[in-house]
Formats: sequence, C-alpha cells, structure tokens
Amino acid sequence: MERHEYDVVVIGAGGAGLRAAIEARQQGKRTAIVCKSLFGKAHTVMAEGGAAAAMGNVNSSDNWMVHFRDTMRGGKFLNNWRMAELHAKEAPDRVWELEAWGALFDRTKDGKISQRNFGGHEYPRLAHVGDRTGLELIRTLQQRVVALQQEDEKLHGDPEAYIKVFAECTITRLMKDGDAISGAFGYWRETGDFIVFDAPAVVLATGGIGKSYVVTSNSWEYTGDGHALALLAGAKLINMEFIQFHPTGMVWPPSVRGILVTESVRGDGGVLRNSEGRRFMFDYVPDVFKDKYATTEEEADRWYDDQANNRRPPELLPRDEVARAINAEVKAGRGSPQGGVFLDVSTRLPAAEITRRLPSMHHQFKELADVDITKEPMQVGPTCHYVMGGVEVDADTGAASVPGLFAAGEVSGGMHGSNRLGGNSLSDLLVFGRRAGAGAAAYVDGLARRPAVTGLDEVRAEALAPLERSGGENPYEVHHELQRTMNDLVGIIRKSEEISEALQVIEKLKERAKNCASSGSRIYNPGWHLALDLRNMLLVSECVAKAALLREESRGGHTRDDYPGMSAEWRRRLLVCSASQDGTSITVEEQVQPSMRGDLIGLFERSELEKYLTEEELAEYDAAVKES
Amino acid sequence: MGYKAKFRVWRGEGGEGRLEDFTVEVNEGEVVLDVIHRLQATQAPDLAVRWNCKAGKCGSCSMEINGKPRLGCMTRMSTFEESETITVTPLRTFPVIKDLVTDVSFNYQKAREVPSFTPPADVKPGEYRMQQVDVERSQEFRKCIECFMCQNVCHVIRDHEENKPAFSGPRYFIRIAELDMHPYDVAERKESAQDEHGLGYCNITKCCTEVCPEHIKITDNAIIPMKERVVDRKYDPLVWLGSKIFKRQR
Repeated sequence: MERHEYDVVVIGAGGAGLRAAIEARQQGKRTAIVCKSLFGKAHTVMAEGGAAAAMGNVNSSDNWMVHFRDTMRGGKFLNNWRMAELHAKEAPDRVWELEAWGALFDRTKDGKISQRNFGGHEYPRLAHVGDRTGLELIRTLQQRVVALQQEDEKLHGDPEAYIKVFAECTITRLMKDGDAISGAFGYWRETGDFIVFDAPAVVLATGGIGKSYVVTSNSWEYTGDGHALALLAGAKLINMEFIQFHPTGMVWPPSVRGILVTESVRGDGGVLRNSEGRRFMFDYVPDVFKDKYATTEEEADRWYDDQANNRRPPELLPRDEVARAINAEVKAGRGSPQGGVFLDVSTRLPAAEITRRLPSMHHQFKELADVDITKEPMQVGPTCHYVMGGVEVDADTGAASVPGLFAAGEVSGGMHGSNRLGGNSLSDLLVFGRRAGAGAAAYVDGLARRPAVTGLDEVRAEALAPLERSGGENPYEVHHELQRTMNDLVGIIRKSEEISEALQVIEKLKERAKNCASSGSRIYNPGWHLALDLRNMLLVSECVAKAALLREESRGGHTRDDYPGMSAEWRRRLLVCSASQDGTSITVEEQVQPSMRGDLIGLFERSELEKYLTEEELAEYDAAVKES
Repeated sequence: MGYKAKFRVWRGEGGEGRLEDFTVEVNEGEVVLDVIHRLQATQAPDLAVRWNCKAGKCGSCSMEINGKPRLGCMTRMSTFEESETITVTPLRTFPVIKDLVTDVSFNYQKAREVPSFTPPADVKPGEYRMQQVDVERSQEFRKCIECFMCQNVCHVIRDHEENKPAFSGPRYFIRIAELDMHPYDVAERKESAQDEHGLGYCNITKCCTEVCPEHIKITDNAIIPMKERVVDRKYDPLVWLGSKIFKRQR
C-alpha cells in the first residue's frame, strides 16, 4: 500500500484547509493537503457575497466590537463567544494578507478594499469581488500554495518537499495510536488504490453536510465526511440541530432547484415580494430586532443612501428569519408560480449596474433559467446551505478532544451559534484555518515520539466491501431516500412526530446501506464512492435528527412547530453528539456553555440581553457591570 | 414534458474505449450533466464524470458535447432537437483516465511554472491602495474558473503532444497578463511569456476566447497586448541600444 509520512495532514482544500496548510508549512511542517476534487474546485468557489471583516473602509464607525455583537445576535447568543471574539478581531488581518498574496478585491474611491452591506451586519462590512468572492479567495490561496512550492523548489530542489496536494483522494478513516491521532487512510478516486498517511496531526476542513438534503446549494462533496471521521475517531460534535436554510435558492427549473442566489442581491437593493406584490418582510420582523429595522418602504429605501438616519430594510434580517418568512408566504398561498417568492432587482437598479455588481447572478439566471434579471424578477425559495454544527474545538487552536485532531471552517462547530451571518463564513475559514494550522504545528512540536498506524486490515476491508457484494442495494436509491427523508421530516420547520419518523427511516437506511453493492472496477467508480459516503451521511443525519428532537425551542437554524418560542433556559445548553464504540449509533448529551467573559458581555445593553438571558445570568451581568 | 433522448457516451479506461448508446429520460429545464447523472443512477453506476457546483462556477464538468468543448452543467437540453443524438466525449487534448474524466495535470504543472505575484518588498498588508479602474483589467482574467476548455481547444497542443513542453496555453497567458497588469506586481512578465511560456506559438485564431464560459476576452485583452509589447521591447531601437550599452559596460 502507498504510504506517506507527514507532520500535518489537512483533509479538504477549500478556504479553511488551504489556509491551515499554508500556516503549517510556513511554520516549517511537512504538510499534505488531501482533497476529493481537483485542486481549486472546492465548495468555497461558490461563495458569492464576500468576507466580513470590520476594516471600517466604507463606514469608519465599524470595529471588531460591532462585528462581535452582530455575530452574537445573528447566532441568537448561542455562539462560542471566544470564537466570535477572535473572528471579529482577526478577520481584517486575514483579508489584508490575501491582498498581499495577490487577491484583487473591489475598491473604494480612495483605493481601499470596498465593503458591501449584508444581512445582520450593522455596517457595510463584506470585502468582495463582484459576486464571485469565493473564487477569488480559493484562487488566491491556491496560488499561495504554488508560491510556497516555488520557494521550496529553489531551496530544496523539490516543489513538493514541504507541501503537497493529493487531489481526487478520499479519506475514509482516521487512524489512532491509543488515544491520539496517528494518520489517515483513504483511496485515490482515479485508480481506487489505497493510500495511508502516517501523521501525528490531522486538520479536518471538509465543509458541510448538505448532500443529506434534496434541495441544497451544496455540491456532491458535502457528505459530512469530516463530521463522521471525527465521530468515528471519538471526537464530539456540537450544535448539529442548527442548519441554515439560505432564504434564496433558485426554484426553477427543477434541475437547478437549490442553487444559490446570493444575498448581495438584497444587500445591493433587491426586494422580496409575494404574488400580491407586497414587500412581505415588513410583516416578519421579530421582537428582538424591532428597533433595528425599518417599518415603512420609504424608510427602508432611504437607508441605502443614508444609514445614519434610517433603519435597515427587513430584507436584510438574518437568514433564518428571511427563510422562515418565505416559507410562511408560500404556505399561505401567496407564492410565485413555481413555489417560491419574487426577488426583484430589475426595478431597483439600472441594468448596467446590475450586470456590474451581480455578474454571475445575471449569467446564472440567463443560462440556466432563461430569465434576464435586469428585466424581470427571480423566483426564489429556501435551500439547505450551511451547517452551524460541527466538531467541538478549542477556540484558540482548533483542537478537538482527540489529541492530534483539529478542525476549521464549516466542519467545526460553535463560532456561528444557531445561525451564521452571511459573509462570516469566508472570514471564519481564514481566521480559524490559520489557527488550526498553527495549532497542529504547535502540537507536533510538543510530541516526544511519533505515533504508529495500526489496524489497516479492518479499514481496508470496510472500504472494499461494496465492491465485493453482488446484487445488493443500489447506493443511489438509498441516498435519494435519505435526502427526501431529511428534507421532508427534519427540514426548515420541524415537529416531534416527524423527527421521530425520520429517525426510524434512518435506522432502516443504515441497514440498507450496509448492504450496498457497487458494480464495476475500482477505477474512478462513482457508485462505489457513493456507497462509502453513505456511512458518513447517515451518521451525520442521525446527529441532526436526534439533536433536533431534543431541543424543545426554536432558535436560529432550528425551528420547532411544537415549540415556537426561544427559551433562555435552552440558550446555555449545547447538545453534544458522540458515536458508540462500534460507530453504529449516536448518543446526545447536554452540556452547559460557559458564561461570556465580563468585558464581552459588557458590550451589550441590558435591555437587549433581557431577550436572551435567564434571570440568573442577568444578575451575573449586573454584578460584572457594577465591578467595572 | 419529458421525453426519451438518444445519447452516445464515450466509455473506457486504460487507453481503450468506445462510444456507447443509451436511451434516457429528459425532463424540462435539464442540462446535459443532469442526464449524465440519470445514466449513473439508472443504467451505468460506474460512469465516471467530474462535477462539483452545477452552476458554472467551478469548471469541473468540462466535456465535449457533439464535438464542442462545453460545461455539462451549463448546456441546456432545450438547445437540442428531441430527435437528435447527443454525443458526449472527454476533452481531447488530455489523456483519458476513464469515461469522461481526463488527466489534466499538465495544467497544474504549467501553473507552477509561472512565477507568483511579486509585490514590492516595502508594502505591508493593509497598505495597498488601488483604483477600481486599475484592478478591473486583472479582475477580468481572475474570473477564470479553470475549466481548461481553452487549453483543450487550442490547436497548438490539441493534436500536437510535441508542443506541450514549450507551450503553457491560453489559461496561463491570462495568468501572466493578470500579473503583468496588477498595479503592485514588479516582476518581469512579458519577455518570459515569449521565451519560457511559448506565447509566440499562438497565431491568434481566438478559439480559446470562443469557448470561454466566463466570456473572458483571452485573445484581445491578454494575448494580443502581450504580443505587441514583446514586439515593442524586442524591436524598440532605444531598448536595443540600451541593452548593447549595458552589455558593453558589464
């Protein structure tokens, strides 16, 4: 079997993975990047709007404290506050660093990086390149990796001496020596041959889980690999019940249902209307946000030019609010012909401005739906977009509870609480990608000996099993049924009976998945790959459903029809998922989230905290304020 | 609404292969990649195809559809007659791994041969000041999604394996142009484009521009301006004189 020795193995080559790998290599570690797709194709390329960073280039009132407050509000105060703090403080440096590596963001008149408005952000905050910011980010990081390789070629005569990309390679198991990580096992997609990495530190940067749902903005790669690998290695996942349904996915034609329509459309002036032509978002501003959002169309429209004297349009509420509102309008029979609502920018901006600011949206609708967004409204509806939950990590280092295991980006949990603000994902990747890379490097430095990989026979047999069966289940059918189940029963609006029903279906699907057979050879065989991915999707879906059943409140990306209110008692409770010893089932336990540090909670007004905190916590707040 | 379409798909691995015929259901609004996925799910579970975003943003699903390089995810079935047989083959310029998947490592090799962004040593992160109009020229080239269809269609290498070592191809000419036009890049780009990346092989037939799904004006905005400036430098009498004097002094 092909074997490689590295200091740090990074799984995933999106923004978080590449930033982690760059950091580990810059700290002198021999680093492998392992990814399922070609180098530079990761899901990050689909991010459109921008990277949130309080640089204050457009409105000088912005700073990390405002960004921190917005992030905590967006997440309904369930966020890991230390992560939200680090994120808000470090995001500007991470964006500026990209510029020094060759990124070309759109500019302000005085030549600085321009920043755009986005849902939940008090000031224009998103560094962007039209509506293709993710592509710019991935290309810049990809080219930074190449730059480091060019450096290594000069120094060592081998461009891959210190950082190497293993593209189209899938990891199926993390290996351990006792309690600690010792490496990873996987297969080359191209040949089906197996590959083993001997490495004391592994950084998971595998992104999300959207492929467990039918309507999703996520690509085939999002099968929850990192979430499942972490569970199987003994790590814990938190906040898995919180899934973000992006309010605006395409709804027609059917084959593109779920593909994202960037929030920038609304940030740049686009409005949502129902079939009666009403801007319905004014009817859905929740109490906690009442004083921050406009109550009339006139005020909302004035805000784009004068933010100091007007309140924001309600189309720019956090994503969970907008998604639920659209869902409610469609259910009430006020939807568009194809089952969404109308998103209109054509009557709001001149055509030339639309094609300049939203070039890829213009292109996407023209090519895929035959709709010219400069002339007519788009039809949009909610789509499964992002999982807030993920591997429980230490905020400062990205370390999971298993020694040697690190996680960053979407696969990690905590940063975004119950709901992520748009734009906070790209900055999250950069801030915590770097921290996880540094954390892994420091961990390797502190080791007295290198751990050993054992137990390869079992993991090899597990990977080969679908090819050795004949006449078993069709993996495509099992996958499809899982997607339908999660979409219909653990989707945007949930209730106890439906979630319980989903859990029964998942149990049956687990049995069927064990019986999947894949015909054909080991060479680039998508049927085989899917059969192996099913294990991950099922484990993750079980986490989502079990946590969703337990959390008896509605908050952010978790809405219970039977418990519609937000509960201060539940705010401090995190649901922690772990896998049984044999990796076949999930248990969920409650854990209390530590109280926010005094100087951070002091950034909020008492009147705002009253909406979220228990009496006991408010008393702590009063004491802390008194002391300072 | 739906109908049965006739598809001929190239199947094979290890240097052998043939076109295989399929009859497959097509529904309203679908693209070629949807139909390929239906083939996988119903008739050919091991049919190999690359794809990711399904929205024309990642450049993974490049293939040749009726002989033309296209993104499978952006080619709508409604652009064909229902009676038409649609032939889908892998990119011709690169070796086939299996079915529609080719070995595109040539491109990653060439990427590594272009020296990276080289800013002046004294500019710190956060200090960059550029005007929108000055970044837009390079931004056009940074729209590239690396689908490699321009590389695939370029006749310099499409049927000429022997030119590959000396020729980087349109994708990397726009990369060089992008760096050359970057307000803060200080590295020499034009002569190396000619001498090390084979710019001279290009005779401006614009095939690359025609297939670019991002509508980047590869030939007009990157290749021709670079060729003109290379010529300027080579034949400018002052540059010529300067280089002679410089040589003599040395």
